[in-house]
Amino acid sequence: MKIAIASGKGGTGKTTVATNLALFLSKTGRKVWYADCDVEAPNGHIFLKPDITRRKTVSIPVPEVDEQKCTGCGECAKICQYSAIVCIKQKVLTFHELCHGCGGCTLACPVGAIREVPREIGVLEEGTSDGLGFVHGKLNIGEPMAPPLIREVKRSVPSRGEAIIDVPPGTSCPVIESVKGADYVLLVTEPTPFGLNDLKLAVEMTRELGLPFGLVINRSDIGDERVREYAARESILILLEIPDDRRIAEAYSRGEMVLSLGDYYRGMFALLSDRIFQEVSDRTVTAGDSI
Amino acid sequence: MKQLVIISGKGGTGKTSLVASFAALARSKVLADCDVDAADLHLILSPSVRTEEVFHGNRKLVVNQEKCVQCGKCLPLCRFDAIRQTSGEDGEIERIDIDPISCEACGVCAYFCPAEAMEYTPNESGRWFISDTRHGPMVHARLGVAEENSGKLVTIVRAQARRDAEEKRLDLVVVDGPPGIGCPVIASITGTDLVLIVTEPTMSARQDLERAAALATHFGIQTVVCVNKCDLNPEITAEIREWCSQNGSAIVGQIPYDRLFTKAQMREQSIVEYGRSPTARAVEETWTKLADILRQEDGGGLGNQPGEYLTGFA
Repeated sequence: MKIAIASGKGGTGKTTVATNLALFLSKTGRKVWYADCDVEAPNGHIFLKPDITRRKTVSIPVPEVDEQKCTGCGECAKICQYSAIVCIKQKVLTFHELCHGCGGCTLACPVGAIREVPREIGVLEEGTSDGLGFVHGKLNIGEPMAPPLIREVKRSVPSRGEAIIDVPPGTSCPVIESVKGADYVLLVTEPTPFGLNDLKLAVEMTRELGLPFGLVINRSDIGDERVREYAARESILILLEIPDDRRIAEAYSRGEMVLSLGDYYRGMFALLSDRIFQEVSDRTVTAGDSI
Repeated sequence: MKQLVIISGKGGTGKTSLVASFAALARSKVLADCDVDAADLHLILSPSVRTEEVFHGNRKLVVNQEKCVQCGKCLPLCRFDAIRQTSGEDGEIERIDIDPISCEACGVCAYFCPAEAMEYTPNESGRWFISDTRHGPMVHARLGVAEENSGKLVTIVRAQARRDAEEKRLDLVVVDGPPGIGCPVIASITGTDLVLIVTEPTMSARQDLERAAALATHFGIQTVVCVNKCDLNPEITAEIREWCSQNGSAIVGQIPYDRLFTKAQMREQSIVEYGRSPTARAVEETWTKLADILRQEDGGGLGNQPGEYLTGFA
């Protein structure tokens, strides 16, 4: 089962929930993987402190033109939707940062003058943390596109067992790439106007993807009732409320797991995991080739 | 006319809350909310929209079922797993569809389809707005959910904000940036005069500060840092100060954690408008330092890129 932890707004507590939930589940005898899909700013490793056993660079294919063979016909530029390969006065120029790796120019070239070469976009690291499987990606600085690296991170997660997917903030393409294919989405929010605003966007996104979801309200006593009222109006289940807790904040700042704070905190994640499993088993899971 | 962009690397450090205060404190400026995925600045500034425009990001591809001959030639061509086949009991393809969420509109299927059955449809990916607020003009946007091309929309918002500032002869564009370091952040910072990184004293934010600073350095842009919620962990605040001095990034502010930020937010106010408080004073001092730096340097803070990426990032 894949559980994605997302939010919309940054800083609501996704990684806190994701890392602690993953570690908690792995201690119940299940085979669990934690996958940090926030490849732009990965933080899960700070808390889980994994032993990294495998590291590989991740590349996407970009075009390299053999100028000897090139006839300057411009077919490559015609097919490219991103202006990553252009033909000016029968000379071909490539802009690799714009390339999506679709392979179109290579196929379209009538004289076979284009071949694909790898362009490094980041690294993938895999390992374990106290029995919990761990994988994350780190996007190279200056690299604009996160989704190809996110795809690689997700591909590294075995299909057996449970996977906790730590999703980046926002609602656009890196988030979609991370959330796609999840069996359940946990949306972490805070009861503030910013939190509610971004939660609504995240709910819209999750509904657009057709995925079942529920809510965790973090720092639940810092704002007002509007998030709860919204959840009630929309019939969205609140699986857990975590009050603003100085001990959690301090542990977080030091890179420590909430689970290490004691039984009361472990109990929170026991409750959360029970409720998630309840939710997932209550629903009919539709098998199919869609998202 | 100068540009200041506020980023963080890590989400939730307080960028938007600070930008709202800067909006109240800065005199001659245009605001730009470039967090187009999850914009929040309007919740404090209550803009009244003057102009609204549609943003056409990527077009999407759809299958014209009347033309499609279900040959399946497209299936192996799609690298984004966006082409779906429905097969009958005999295994033959009954229908081909494109999943709009996975489709990156690369057009390879369209190019090679023997029946010319793949069609581009115009796609309203979002909207952008030029508005007025109690603190001056603001350009902001709303990217459609599950849409791509936030980088392009960010580029539009920035360009409009600059144009507005030039027309109105205003001195500054203040940009509320998105979290992360990917394409929308890159589109937010290229060609700016100064980047302010808002961080907090946590190990997570500390690591992301280094990544965000490295990104700005990659584009040759001067960075300054503000440590928000600085009293949550004085040790890490001190480490951040040390790192900044080694990295050549001035610290322009250290602001204590204060629930007044949330109280003010609930009243649709920035903290400097929510009465007098020591925290508000710390924010004012931060702004004063920023304004000084922006006034000072001339030509020193420009990136080494010859202008922005006008084509934007996909």
